[in-house]
Amino acid sequence: MLRYTIRRLIQLVGVVLVLSLLLFAWMRLLPGGPVSALLGERATPESREALTKQLGLDQPIIVQYFKFLGRAASGDFGVSTGVQPGDSALDIFVQRFPATIELSFFAIVIAILVGVPLGYLAAKRRGGLFDNLSVVGSLIGVAVPVFFLAYVLKDAASAALGLPSFGRQGDINATRVTGFFTLDGIITGEFDATLDALKHLILPAIALATIPFAVIFRITRAAVLDVLDEDFVRTAESKGLTASVIRRRHVLRNSMLPVVTTIGLQTGALLSGAVLTEKVFVIPGVGQALAIGFERRDYPVLLLLIIMATIVYVVVNLLVDLSYALIDPRIRTR
Amino acid sequence: MALLEVRDLTVVFQRRGEEPFRAVDGVSFDVEPGQTVGLVGESGCGKSVTSLAIMGLLPKRGATVTGTVTYDGTDLLKLSDKQMRDKRGSELGMVFQDPLSSLNPVIPIGLQVTEVLERHRGLARKEAMIEAKNLLDKVGIPDPNRRLKEYPHQLSGGMRQRALIAIALACRPKLLIADEPTTALDVTIQAQILAVMKELVQDLGTALVMITHDLGVVAGLCDEVNVLYGGKVVEKADRHPLFAEPRHPYTHGLLASIPRLDAAPGEKLTPIRGSVADNIPWAQGCAFAPRCPNALDVCVQVTPAEEDQLGRLLRCHNPVVPGTPAAEEVPV
Amino acid sequence: MALGVSKKEKIDDLADTAGVSLAASAWKRLRRSPVFLIGATIIGIFIMVSLLSPWLAPHDPSDKMLIEQVVKARNEIPPAQPGHPLGGDLQGRDFFSRLLVGSQQTLIVGVGATLIGLTGGLILGTLAGAIGGWVDSVVMRLVDVMLSLPSLLLAFSIAAMFARPSQFTVILAVAIVQIPVFARLLRGSMLAQRHSDHVLAATALGVKKGAIVFRHMLPNSLSPVIVQSTLVLATAIIEAAALSFLGLGNPDDRIPEWGQMLGDVQNVFDTHPHLAAWPAVCIIIVALGFTLMGETLREALDPKNRR
Repeated sequence: MLRYTIRRLIQLVGVVLVLSLLLFAWMRLLPGGPVSALLGERATPESREALTKQLGLDQPIIVQYFKFLGRAASGDFGVSTGVQPGDSALDIFVQRFPATIELSFFAIVIAILVGVPLGYLAAKRRGGLFDNLSVVGSLIGVAVPVFFLAYVLKDAASAALGLPSFGRQGDINATRVTGFFTLDGIITGEFDATLDALKHLILPAIALATIPFAVIFRITRAAVLDVLDEDFVRTAESKGLTASVIRRRHVLRNSMLPVVTTIGLQTGALLSGAVLTEKVFVIPGVGQALAIGFERRDYPVLLLLIIMATIVYVVVNLLVDLSYALIDPRIRTR
Repeated sequence: MALLEVRDLTVVFQRRGEEPFRAVDGVSFDVEPGQTVGLVGESGCGKSVTSLAIMGLLPKRGATVTGTVTYDGTDLLKLSDKQMRDKRGSELGMVFQDPLSSLNPVIPIGLQVTEVLERHRGLARKEAMIEAKNLLDKVGIPDPNRRLKEYPHQLSGGMRQRALIAIALACRPKLLIADEPTTALDVTIQAQILAVMKELVQDLGTALVMITHDLGVVAGLCDEVNVLYGGKVVEKADRHPLFAEPRHPYTHGLLASIPRLDAAPGEKLTPIRGSVADNIPWAQGCAFAPRCPNALDVCVQVTPAEEDQLGRLLRCHNPVVPGTPAAEEVPV
Repeated sequence: MALGVSKKEKIDDLADTAGVSLAASAWKRLRRSPVFLIGATIIGIFIMVSLLSPWLAPHDPSDKMLIEQVVKARNEIPPAQPGHPLGGDLQGRDFFSRLLVGSQQTLIVGVGATLIGLTGGLILGTLAGAIGGWVDSVVMRLVDVMLSLPSLLLAFSIAAMFARPSQFTVILAVAIVQIPVFARLLRGSMLAQRHSDHVLAATALGVKKGAIVFRHMLPNSLSPVIVQSTLVLATAIIEAAALSFLGLGNPDDRIPEWGQMLGDVQNVFDTHPHLAAWPAVCIIIVALGFTLMGETLREALDPKNRR
């Protein structure tokens, strides 16, 4: 198990190095590039050349890349040119990371809490009206552009439910400890702040949760259908066990492996979806920084945030793989 | 009164857009306490469906069960889902065919034994664990304390089947149904498992319904034998007369297709020709007629009734006369 | 230790289902599946409309014929009126015509992205699966790097790399993301076949390697690829909309595309929701149509479901 984890982490380092080199090279090769971004398209050739020299952009790319790696090792990933011009890219990431984690966490919790039970029920009533309706519903869920749904929730649902239509714009006076707004309120005893933070989170979290929900629902349904046909479920029935014990101990436990895998993979959908959702709800998280970064071509920030997103994605999926051993003794004792 | 009286049990499967299929067609038999009754036939003859119908384990949608299954005076088919759950595992036990797939792969053997004790005998987890150890001991699993903590994939095939038997007998059921309990096992293990079952059934006075396609199992275990074909009982007799003088051509064919040690050198095996795919519907005559060496014209015109003839129940227009060899020799 | 299933292995799982022999029985079941027929009808209508839209549209989609109404009413949009059933857009162009003509570019984005992704994946996957050895290692490492990025985020990044976005860069960004998926899919099913009887038989008969790959292995790998292509058609259209929303789409809106129409009106969502709702509903219906077809195809081609 330990060797496997170490091997995967080494692979991750390789992926990050290759990916950063690719991103780095591509950004440097672009027409315009950082010089145009800093000086604008109409700068004089002299000033362009001076800045190029000053930034070390006249050296070979591989040299620039190793210099970049050297600076990166000490936490210097460059300075933002578009998102928060002048700020260090790392600071931007550190400031904005908690908001995105919080949003993604609530979104995946909603997706699991709704998707797994619905998937189980649909499988139990296979072919019935409930099953057919929820399958069609989940297919529509994947077909709706996330940002459109986010706007619908923001404009229509917020008015109807009396919820704030902007994320994390509420109580700026609350004490900050961790940067997680819901958690801070609980730690400091300012429960109003927690409640307020939750109100701000609920609509964006629902918007972000739709695609993971639809996927988790369908995988759960398929997995439960497979397990219901298994002989050991019939054995459990032959023992006269109560329906709830059979559901928990025999059906759901055996259905969880593919579901847990899917939850890991949905981290990807969360990270990409956060870019869209945070833009719509004006949440100052990593996703919003990416959205602005893409629009204004803020390469230092983009480079760092994309690499961080990759690390998060790979690490979450590694944790998911490791959790298999908890679920399935056949992996644990091999 | 018998412990279990099955009367006219009929199971019809109906899948959307398909013809209804009568998997079990008016099956009747009795099981006395302590008696072992065999249900014998090829795969697809309805023997497993019969056992699932008795246990109330058929899917609620798509399967229609009619007739009566009277256990200890109550008709099991009329019980509610909850009442049936109370009977299963406590009074009715069942052992399945494939021990690996019949055990839950992700929970330890111990819990799979104790959960039935906790459910029906109200034991606490600790007491149940002690009882479970005794049970594993009784079915002949060595080092039971260690095995209780292990998972199905860590046990051998024979041990898994022993564990399944321990589970089925945990609450000392009055009736045990064993559906092909030895089919998935090696021949040497088969004998051990049968010995364990025979011993336990005798000790506990449990009535046993043994479902098998293996006439060797029948010969070693059963008091009475029901031979099923196409969902109907075609011959019902005690073990000795059945093996000595099979009357139904199908039973005769089954026995003739087993290799025998006492056969003369050069004597050929006679398999039953064709397959169940050749069956005709019972409504048009005898389902076995297309494969039957004794078939007459009447066999494809009139459905044979279940009649008491030649000292046993028989469903045949032209039974085998004792002493005749199989009508047709097919080289194998 | 071979632990569990990751995204890569999920793709390989898909690749494990193959076989032309399945096609006949699959088609038989599909024809009777109402869900497939609904999907196919949606897509049929969509393709017809997009092909015929230049003749169906009552007006030129780039003609700002109602601009006076916009100017007069101070950036109000022209309401529905005779000859303009859905009114005009922010620049006074006939909204109904734009929706109709928009179907064409949307189809081009979907089909273009799928074809490019498929071709790229076909080349990489065939190289890896057919040649094996170091080629396989290099290709698959590259594929793994691409797959370790969340796919939509990768599409955003690629689109952001182009200094001058256009319809083509949108298609390319969406397509490149699909290349590793198709490559893995093809490689997986080819590897599974390399040791199958019909390929061994062909090899034993002295059939040339190229002929084996193209006549025997590739055709048998197609069914998972067809399923994936159908699903990609849906995602491509949705992702193109997301790109427009982030300002990474085609800035030239003379020839409309649904995703672009939807992304471009983000600042007036609250005041003129219908400008967003119409293209959004069109996208949802068409994406649903492709998904319904893809999912029923997947089920029909899955050997597990064959009876």
